[in-house]
Amino acid sequence: MAEADIERFAAPETREYWRAAAEGRLLVQKCQDCGAVQFFSWVSCIECSSSRLGWIEASGRGKVYSFTVIHRAPKPELRDKVPYVLALVQLDEGVRMMSNIVECDPQAVHIDMPVRVIFEPGSVGVVLPKFRPV
Amino acid sequence: MNASLRNSVAIVGVGEGPLGQTGMSALGLHAEAADLALADAGLSKHDIDGLLMVRAWEMPQLMPSAVFAEYYGLRPSYSNALALGGATPCAMVAHAAMAIQAGLCRRVLAIQASNRATLGRDAAVSVLSEIVGHPELENPYEPMIPALYALVAQRYMHEYRATTEDLAAVAVLCRENAARTPYALMKKPIGVEDVLNSKMVASPLHLLDCCLANDFAAAVIVTSADDATNYPRPPAYLLGYGEGHTHEHISEAPSLTTFGCVDSGKRAFAMAGLGPGDVDIAQLYDCFTITVLIELEDLGFCRKGEAAGLVDSGAVSREGYLPINTNGGMLSATTGGMFHVTEAVRQLRGEAGDRQIDKANVCLVHGNGGILSTHTTLLLGRNRV
Repeated sequence: MAEADIERFAAPETREYWRAAAEGRLLVQKCQDCGAVQFFSWVSCIECSSSRLGWIEASGRGKVYSFTVIHRAPKPELRDKVPYVLALVQLDEGVRMMSNIVECDPQAVHIDMPVRVIFEPGSVGVVLPKFRPV
Repeated sequence: MNASLRNSVAIVGVGEGPLGQTGMSALGLHAEAADLALADAGLSKHDIDGLLMVRAWEMPQLMPSAVFAEYYGLRPSYSNALALGGATPCAMVAHAAMAIQAGLCRRVLAIQASNRATLGRDAAVSVLSEIVGHPELENPYEPMIPALYALVAQRYMHEYRATTEDLAAVAVLCRENAARTPYALMKKPIGVEDVLNSKMVASPLHLLDCCLANDFAAAVIVTSADDATNYPRPPAYLLGYGEGHTHEHISEAPSLTTFGCVDSGKRAFAMAGLGPGDVDIAQLYDCFTITVLIELEDLGFCRKGEAAGLVDSGAVSREGYLPINTNGGMLSATTGGMFHVTEAVRQLRGEAGDRQIDKANVCLVHGNGGILSTHTTLLLGRNRV
């Protein structure tokens, strides 16, 4: 994915995240002062408010924290994609992120199911971290 | 000078406007509700100097209240469109109180209206898919509003051993209440099986677990408490108000089972000097069945995880000690949180006809916006506290 695509899609605060995703790496933010880990790219640490935030590479492992099997296509172009799974994954690093659970029968997905990250092209021209059962 | 909003203002006019597939413009719907509220209060436009509206996708202009004031023929001394999503109707009553207390205006017209059904489902989906989920960290995964609430429902069911039948019971209760509401859109009785057999939207939420998506319009008129007895209909006094906000996007919610309603409820009760036991009727934001269970717990009407049992016991049915969503709610009467406010007023006034609850002195109204993101709790009373 070209840098120009990343600049079009991502805000300045998150471009590092998307560059890494294009290389098959999942990044999370880590506070350089208190060590707290967070996922959304905030401009300050949600624990101590420090602005000294860095990126670390996550292991890519986690568990399903919640999920839903979407049966009604939100847009006409998704009609052949349903049913698909939208989930909140709790990474081993302790943060939650939204994703899809793929390479899995939707009916098999359950809370606490162990998953690991894979990277797939998304419909918006970016490489998306998604999760498959371990 | 006491800055608390307790006993500061009262609602003295109510308008419940067109519902369904109206073919009207958003501005036209706002005007209909405004006309009805003015007539109910025995007022004309010249008597209104404050205007509040809800910032909503159906009216994308930067200054909706300026657009409507021009359309309707108002030149207010106080004017704004507030932006808390479904939590805005309750907030409008409190902001009206603040403006009146500050001397910015004397009588506020507060309106919520939408022509979403007329604009059509494709327009709604298209706009909402841009503005609801996080543009980078959620939307690429193709969420939609019911799916985002389904994530909450799924986790809640896991943590508290609740079932899809427990969710369905909320829809059944609202439908029972809607049967006695003349303006309700859905009145045909349903049972739990009907809810579970309705189309699955995003597991575990079926079609009948989701609120209606109709055009609607409702308005109230707010004036100072000292002025409130100069009107044709009995006033509904503002006793307490509180807000609670923990996130915008569900991915960042600190919990998937307990939300800002804990704080909004505590703050509203503290302002009023009341507790959950003082509430006679509660109008709880029911965009989905799950939100009613969560609100019953978080507002303090029962312990966490026990809302399903409360519903099952009949306590929140019209014959119980805490009737909820007495007009049938957003699940069966009409979408639009403003109708929870107008229904509270109707009950407090004794105007609710066949659906009138005998003991109606204190009514709680709760609103939630986004994905259980913003919360507002309003306490209204037949008398000052």
